[in-house]
Amino acid sequence: MSLDESISHQSLLKVKVWRGKEDGQWMNYEVPARENQTVLDVVSEIQRKLEPGLAYRYACRVGVCGSCAMTVNGKPRWTCRTHVKKVSGTGELTIEPLRNLPRIKDLVCDLAPFIDTWQKAGAPFSGIQTRHQEPAKVDPGSKARKAADAGLQCINCAVCYSACDVVSWDKDYIGPAGLNRAWTLINDARHGKRAETFNKAFGEGGCGSCHSQGNCTRHCPIGLSPSESITGLKKSALFGLPKV
Amino acid sequence: MERYLFLAQRLTAMVLGPLVLIHLGLILYAVEGGLTASKILSRTRGSVGWGAFYGLFVIMAAIHGPIGLRNVLNEWTSLPKTATLIITLGLGLLLLILGARSVVAVVGLGG
Ligand code: SF4
Ligand code: SF4
Ligand code: FES
Repeated sequence: MSLDESISHQSLLKVKVWRGKEDGQWMNYEVPARENQTVLDVVSEIQRKLEPGLAYRYACRVGVCGSCAMTVNGKPRWTCRTHVKKVSGTGELTIEPLRNLPRIKDLVCDLAPFIDTWQKAGAPFSGIQTRHQEPAKVDPGSKARKAADAGLQCINCAVCYSACDVVSWDKDYIGPAGLNRAWTLINDARHGKRAETFNKAFGEGGCGSCHSQGNCTRHCPIGLSPSESITGLKKSALFGLPKV
Repeated sequence: MERYLFLAQRLTAMVLGPLVLIHLGLILYAVEGGLTASKILSRTRGSVGWGAFYGLFVIMAAIHGPIGLRNVLNEWTSLPKTATLIITLGLGLLLLILGARSVVAVVGLGG
């Protein structure tokens, strides 16, 4: 399939896109290769001009929301922040949904199991103070606060979850993002259930299953380090909860 | 439980590290020095030190190995978690019994 005659002299990008659910198939498309083009641009161009029924997700297009995550040439990425040139040395692209999550249609997967892992890791914040009390004074330079701050910017994109082999082997494993979230809470003086969160993060499917190879950290688009947070959790098993 | 298994595995690894090195050094020493089985046994029989050394080795290995194997089984098979626990508990017991037998054979009971 190619676009209209006017661009036939332009070089074309060969794109393989997954269509359907688990039992779907690869479809081949060709779109013009442009000087400046993100993988999301390519997906949008296919959907607008060649395959109107193609399902995919995006919202902000500028690396803020995390909803455009897909597997591009075998690696989980934010497609809006991935320039085609960066990933397609061969002039070819393969685009499929994130790994480790049930597929819904084409490039869209069901994030519910991923969000559930946050609950499993004891993620809900539980305040100790009422609105009538003075806000807690937290020293921004303290070790615990720095540890919490380091993991706080996570936007639930599931890229790390998709990159993790242990998640693909062990469906009970909480995975990097949930454990990272637990570690930020355990280091938060205002969280009332630190011990409970820790017990969950170290329960069945908890941080003890992590291999510490850091594939999650390698792929996190905003440079967070879930593996470092997990190391913090593991150390706490020996040395007790961090002081907040 | 996961937390205690994790700790047990790490702590036994810390103990096993030097024990394994000494054990390997000992094998080299015995082979290079041309020690025969009977000469080795004459030194180990009745030795409280070697009894304690290999006794500790066996206990640590019987704890450490099965915990790791349980993780491998949980990741690589679809066996239910209670099954992997029972299998690896069994393995731990087996290691303990076989290990204890060899310690008794090398050190002798009551010298
Ligand atoms: S370091 Fe742990 S959480 Fe991160 S990818 Fe590896 S096993 Fe998964
Ligand atoms: S840790 Fe990074 S990769 Fe993982 S969900 Fe959060 S933002 Fe995405
Ligand atoms: S569309 Fe929002 S991060 Fe890509």
